[in-house]
Amino acid sequence: MTSPHPMTALVGILVVALGIASGLIWLERRLLALWQDRYGPNRVGPFGLLQVVADMIKIFAKEDWVPPFADKPVFVIAPAIIMVTVLMSFAVLPIAPGIIVSDLNIALLFFLAMSSLGVYSIVLAGWASDNKYSLMGGMRAAAQMLSYEVFMGLSLMGVVLLAGSFSLVDIVHAQRKIWFIVPQFLGFVLFLIAGLAESRRLPFDLPEAESELVAGFHSEYSGMKFGMFFVGEYLGITLISSMITILFLGGWMGPVLPPLLWFFIKTFFFLSLFILIRASLPRPRFDQLMAWAWKLMLPLALANLLVTGAVTLAFYR
Amino acid sequence: MFSIVRTLWDVFRHSFQRRVTRQYPEQPAYLPPRWRGRIVLSRDPDGGERCVGCYLCAIACPVDCIALQATEDPTGRRYPEFFRINFSRCIFCGYCEDACPTYAIQLTPDFEMSEYNRQNLVYEKEDLLISGPGKYPDYNFWRVAGVQIGGKDKGESEREERPTDLHSILP
Repeated sequence: MTSPHPMTALVGILVVALGIASGLIWLERRLLALWQDRYGPNRVGPFGLLQVVADMIKIFAKEDWVPPFADKPVFVIAPAIIMVTVLMSFAVLPIAPGIIVSDLNIALLFFLAMSSLGVYSIVLAGWASDNKYSLMGGMRAAAQMLSYEVFMGLSLMGVVLLAGSFSLVDIVHAQRKIWFIVPQFLGFVLFLIAGLAESRRLPFDLPEAESELVAGFHSEYSGMKFGMFFVGEYLGITLISSMITILFLGGWMGPVLPPLLWFFIKTFFFLSLFILIRASLPRPRFDQLMAWAWKLMLPLALANLLVTGAVTLAFYR
Repeated sequence: MFSIVRTLWDVFRHSFQRRVTRQYPEQPAYLPPRWRGRIVLSRDPDGGERCVGCYLCAIACPVDCIALQATEDPTGRRYPEFFRINFSRCIFCGYCEDACPTYAIQLTPDFEMSEYNRQNLVYEKEDLLISGPGKYPDYNFWRVAGVQIGGKDKGESEREERPTDLHSILP
């Protein structure tokens, strides 16, 4: 099943994804404020919605500065990479029946590949800044994202086994009877944690831990280059939430309401959950982070895969 | 693991708690009457200026933000020719109010004096003078001071005896 109008879907998904990513900045500030018994931005426009617009105008007006000691071409290209890789992943997301840019038969692998490529953006940014804090942030990002990449892929293999396909559309269709969150609950939890680490959200924001590394890999960035990292991070959260929706919560499936609405409801639930996690949990130490990934998450993911494989072999053959 | 879930739940419960933020311009904060804010020059109950241009406030000021020039009117009553407070320097310490012997200079519960132009923070005497007596409604310096001015001779102040005629108490 391919989209009848791929170009329309392309433009639509691009606009909506970027809109959600920037709206997410507002949502995050309001929700964090709510959970800290504050109001957050509520002055500019209705409910402070235009705060994002004001911030955008401000960030565009900022000086676009490249430090003289930076490796200029790499410094400039690094923020673009994260935007490109994240936006590429949106191409394979089936939002609703017929609303998809490209129904790749290896869509899941494509998503994993793109999120792996996103690491380059962070590492190159940290390297090109020629600043010890940036470099440490970049190094941490490389180690963290590669470690979490491993069991992120493995945690998804259970879904692939059950659906029998790497195509995201087929995976959604395979959840017609039961959402994969039920048979693959462990895989869901693992993917959620890996997704948090992959998008460098707060419990796992070691690469930009502001109390230790100033701002980590983007210490030297300002203006719209910083804005790219910022929006790229929010795009990443949107992407991970959409992927969880598609892989574990039946994508657009749902009673009564139209499919598009179901997709957005589920995605927004996870976006809010990500923000709640940010509001609640402290940042672990870096060695704890790595130990978690390799000594706990990876064995769990392997065990999950093993059990799922055995059960699939025994009952679904 | 359980503590992580409990933390999430505890934070989520804050959605239903009252917010502590005070929406400031709409809900102004309560300022106590002795708040040290915008400085004013007050007047006697009969409307005359209290300031006698003694320079004590300018001397007490740790940041030298008060400038004035004393002069006298034809009746011999002292008053400031100009009185200037540079509020871009003022630290609102209140030493001027403590130093003032006539209760003329007073700090008021008001801090909303932002300006876009720094020059506008220099307040002249006509900006500082208020029409009332401020925190001391009954105090009238010239009525209690034993100083002779036009319209009030020696010994005519409140609780002041007439000057003793030295010749009348000769032995």
